[in-house]
Amino acid sequence: MEKLIYLDNAATTKTAPEVLEAMLPYFTENYGNPSSVYGFASKNKNAVNRQREIIADALGAKPEEIYFTAGGSEADNWALKAAAEAYEEKGRHIITTKIEHHAILHTGEYLEKRGFQVTYLNVDEDGMVSLKELKEAIRPDTILISVMFANNEIGTLEPIKEIGEIAHERGILFHTDAVQAFGQVPINVDECCIDMLSASGHKLNGPKGIGFLYIRKGVKIRSFIHGGAQERKRRAGTENVPGIIGLGAAAARAVRTMKERTAKEEELRDYLINRVLEEIPYCRLNGHRTKRLPNNANFSFQFIEGESLLIKLDRKGICGSSGSACTSGSLDPSHVLLAIGLPHETAHGSLRLTLGEDTEREDIDYVVDSLKEIVAGLRAMSPLYEDFIKKNQKGV
Amino acid sequence: MYSEKVMDHFEHPRNVGEIENASGVGTVGNAKCGDIMRIYLDIDENEMIRDVKFKTFGCGAAVATSSMATELVKGKSIREAMQVTNKAVMEALDGLPPVKVHCSLLAEEAIHAALWDYAEKHGIKIEGLEKPKSDIHEGEEEEEEEY
Repeated sequence: MEKLIYLDNAATTKTAPEVLEAMLPYFTENYGNPSSVYGFASKNKNAVNRQREIIADALGAKPEEIYFTAGGSEADNWALKAAAEAYEEKGRHIITTKIEHHAILHTGEYLEKRGFQVTYLNVDEDGMVSLKELKEAIRPDTILISVMFANNEIGTLEPIKEIGEIAHERGILFHTDAVQAFGQVPINVDECCIDMLSASGHKLNGPKGIGFLYIRKGVKIRSFIHGGAQERKRRAGTENVPGIIGLGAAAARAVRTMKERTAKEEELRDYLINRVLEEIPYCRLNGHRTKRLPNNANFSFQFIEGESLLIKLDRKGICGSSGSACTSGSLDPSHVLLAIGLPHETAHGSLRLTLGEDTEREDIDYVVDSLKEIVAGLRAMSPLYEDFIKKNQKGV
Repeated sequence: MYSEKVMDHFEHPRNVGEIENASGVGTVGNAKCGDIMRIYLDIDENEMIRDVKFKTFGCGAAVATSSMATELVKGKSIREAMQVTNKAVMEALDGLPPVKVHCSLLAEEAIHAALWDYAEKHGIKIEGLEKPKSDIHEGEEEEEEEY
């Protein structure tokens, strides 16, 4: 196989061999429906509940507070829609941020069409939510605050504990989309006053199509899928047993390896950031310099466009992603990059590289060396760069 | 997602560069939307396009359509160059994904803008040629900042 340097681990990750191994018997010999009475199948119920315990332990939660879903987007949709419905008699105001994943933003828009009011908080130039602005946005009819634990594009870690405390002091539910953070940074739902939390399996070397929503005991939330009695009647449908086993195995593994893995990723991330900022002119780091996910680096290169950059990188066997309009199918670049105040043309020239546990120093060197060459090549054919250089020459 | 021809023109773009004292220069597109094309034409006294160069800020399709457009007009008369439509550029590239069709329109516009500039400079009228629609400098000058 040709060289492949996968630096798009925020998009998805490779399923770990031990995770796959744990899952396989549940496709073949242990295929029984956990709801069935006979022992052959009903032991799968125990297997599913063991995964619930593993995940609860990872969050400092109780097993019965973990509800399996088909992924992060479903968990986000459920948290917002069902909480809005359950608490609408108390009020119809929800607070979230401008940099959430679309699973939150578009659900917010959906609720707005149904008579709810949603405040989308601004963030600062590092992508950080302002606690002051949050406090000012709270109204007597605010029923829910939803702020992501870590941003998927720029990696910024939000002040979740402080936000949770503010929410709880005022008796407002607090949900966090932790799809990028779960398994990457330690999370304790009690310490952070989190009432609901969304996560996904495939971001932590688990399978796709499985995730969970943590719902604190006592939180009134309606069923999302109606049908059988699975997931305490709140999320009907025969359990995705192999997926759940894989999610549990991935969560256990992520907790076990977290310290060592993220220390290595952080070191390589900083090495990557420093080399790029030092060796490539007219570029900037997006997101907070230190309060960011251990594996996330996001740059903007002036005068060039992200899709061109991605194709050139792909030809060198490097996988990354961009917030340019061309990669999103619209004319506007990433809402996150615009929210941190980047001008459109700078946002178009962004590149997100997210490291994985297999990333090595030599990979980073190869990526930086390739980037230097590609960025210079694209700038040489950019009319924006031409104008910039000519303007500078005139200015001297 | 792209045809082999598009990839070829993206990876090995033809006629990249500038022409000093060009007969006509046209810049179209908008940095806000993520693509800008600039075409330089060198036109001789017989109104033949002797040379053409381009610079493009944009996606793979934007680069490939600029490259193909320059190939299609090189060595042609200015009237023949007027026949190079976005459709012709797309066909020559074995097609574009639907979301990228606007790139070929931009390439056609860039050629027209350069011809317009030439016509203005020489006080002539080219049949069927209208004033180019967009200019990147409209309303957004001095917006560039350095880090």
